[in-house]
Amino acid sequence: MPRFARSLSGLAALLALLLPSLARAAPPAASPTLAAVLARGVLNCGVAGNAAGFSLPDSAGVMRGIDADGCRAIAAAVLGDQKKLKFVPTTTENRFTALQSGEIDVLVRETTWTLGREASLGLEFGVINFYDGTGFMVKKSSGVTSARDLDGATICVEPGTSTELAIADYFRVNAMKYTPVEIQDLQEIHNAFLSGRCDAYSTDSSALAGFRFTQGAHAEDFVLLPELISKEPLGPMVRKGDDKWFDIIRWVSFAEITAEELGVSSRNVESFHDTTNPDIRRLLGLEGDLGKALGLDDQWAFNVIRQVGNTGEIWQRNMAPLGLPRGLNNLWNRGGLLFAPPLR
Amino acid sequence: MRSSLRVRVFSAAVTLALALVLLDGLWHFFSWAIVHAIWSVPRGADGAPDTDLCRAAIGRGACWAVIGEKFRFILFGFYPHALQWRSAIVVALFVLLFALSLNPRFWRPALVAVWLAVLALVAVLMWGGVFGLEFVAADQWGGLPITLILATFGLALSFPLAILVALGRRASGLPVIRWIAVAYVELIRGVPLISLLFMASVMLPLFLPEGIDINKLLRAQLAFILFAGAYLAEVVRAGLQALPRGQQEAAAALGLSYWQATRLVVLPQALRHVIPMLVNTFIGFFKDTSLVLIIGIFDLMTTGRTATLEPRWQGFGNEVYLLLAAIYFAFCFAMARISRLLERRLNEPHLPIVEPA
Repeated sequence: MPRFARSLSGLAALLALLLPSLARAAPPAASPTLAAVLARGVLNCGVAGNAAGFSLPDSAGVMRGIDADGCRAIAAAVLGDQKKLKFVPTTTENRFTALQSGEIDVLVRETTWTLGREASLGLEFGVINFYDGTGFMVKKSSGVTSARDLDGATICVEPGTSTELAIADYFRVNAMKYTPVEIQDLQEIHNAFLSGRCDAYSTDSSALAGFRFTQGAHAEDFVLLPELISKEPLGPMVRKGDDKWFDIIRWVSFAEITAEELGVSSRNVESFHDTTNPDIRRLLGLEGDLGKALGLDDQWAFNVIRQVGNTGEIWQRNMAPLGLPRGLNNLWNRGGLLFAPPLR
Repeated sequence: MRSSLRVRVFSAAVTLALALVLLDGLWHFFSWAIVHAIWSVPRGADGAPDTDLCRAAIGRGACWAVIGEKFRFILFGFYPHALQWRSAIVVALFVLLFALSLNPRFWRPALVAVWLAVLALVAVLMWGGVFGLEFVAADQWGGLPITLILATFGLALSFPLAILVALGRRASGLPVIRWIAVAYVELIRGVPLISLLFMASVMLPLFLPEGIDINKLLRAQLAFILFAGAYLAEVVRAGLQALPRGQQEAAAALGLSYWQATRLVVLPQALRHVIPMLVNTFIGFFKDTSLVLIIGIFDLMTTGRTATLEPRWQGFGNEVYLLLAAIYFAFCFAMARISRLLERRLNEPHLPIVEPA
């Protein structure tokens, strides 16, 4: 009997241990990722860490670029402070597993949105944060003004990239011939192009603009050909199956676009506290409860704009210094593709 | 007579020609690295450095300004800027520790305690969180401390593992242990270090339950220890093979237990035979730490490469790589020196390997 009593009390103790944790787990978290980020107090954001204009540490080791600012915006919206953020540098090889395994909460790593990736990885793209495309750069002295003139050319290209495939497609479709010169290292590929080993250098147009910028006073000697031969929409990725988290990633981006459209920037956002414009009032959380609908604070967009800025500011800070024309990455009413659904 | 004169004239001419080529090369390097080098660049209106001066000198003179601008990032990576003195002390501690270990006068058992103390101090300085030091997560570590930590902890922990595995492989009476040791060595040696790092960085997290996140650096360190252990085990086994069986038997006849015989008779002689091979492996692994580049850890090699990706400083990779080469060389050369010292000392039989305590 005492033995039975002991085992009974043991069972009771076990239940007592289990029950509170069961009780805590009982209300299903709306978004497991959001709950994890809030509990941790830090956003784990996967970036490249080696791409100028997207995410690259400056001399003081601070991550700079539109992807880095994308991470900051999410941290500001979710945690109220853009500094509550951990950048996790990922490589092209480990980026998707880092997201799948939960090591990172979101991947903002200049990743091209394709059907294959979205259908097979268990991951999905939240939004497009940069419209890129494969382009060609030639020396002005060559006299080439169009990609159609490149028949028979030697082209410097990084092996294993989507650029390589895009060039192959383009030349096959246009029944032209070319000789690829495949070089892995960035500096080597630049040297090869500069020394004349290849007639043209092909990669994403943003990187070509960056290369032209590095030539300083000689930048004028190089021409970016007008044709973009592929679409490379880049954007942040999240795990499938967490729709609330997906919504947050996507609407943070839309809030930045809307802010630029409405003329709200990090510098003037405080001056709108008594505005009568209903769009701005809803954006800044002065009216309605859009933040609550997302599972966030009503100040979410205010924090993003105040601490990180609108799309225009982010562009000016990161891409404009590289001499990149804004092109497709401008607002829809200024000739670009940035178009945000209404925040209502 | 005539032919030997001709040979002498010919060899003199070759010597002279080679000397001229060498001198010409040296002069070009000197001219590039010193005479025409740019040591600093002015800052533009926006406060950012203006590298046009360097760009104009490409091919003619080195741009050491890139080192001046980037050396803190190259050496310490993402470690918070204001706290980088802690990283600097860690590097100094490692250098001091190696310098101390270089000197035969300090080869006494107390050195082990010094090593443990310094490694503990390294951990405290890097992490912080105690004694009023601000906590810095391991994800923010970078640069030279990462390289030194991976190499030092990796080799210090893999060496005892290697000895156990080597002994296990020769344990004739314990087939299970022998089988495990053989399987370990063959499995690990059969795959490249890169794939081990990938498994540690990519596959391991998928098998762990959600929410359990072993730090990436720790995972890489474990992969590194396992890999180095397998290679070192074979080196140690080579030393054990070279030892006549009679040594072990004589020790047993004196009444020493297996572990006593191993510690006092077998290992001291076996390791003596393989010092050059051990150091060879150590140097190889020191350089192999740079492979963590592929899993997104910013060791010295990665920070150096990243430093030259900023468009303003693109094209000045040679200068940065020269700096990296100098740092790697300094550490590898120090290891080679230790090896030479050890060998010389061990070849003088009247000197004990370790000073009595």
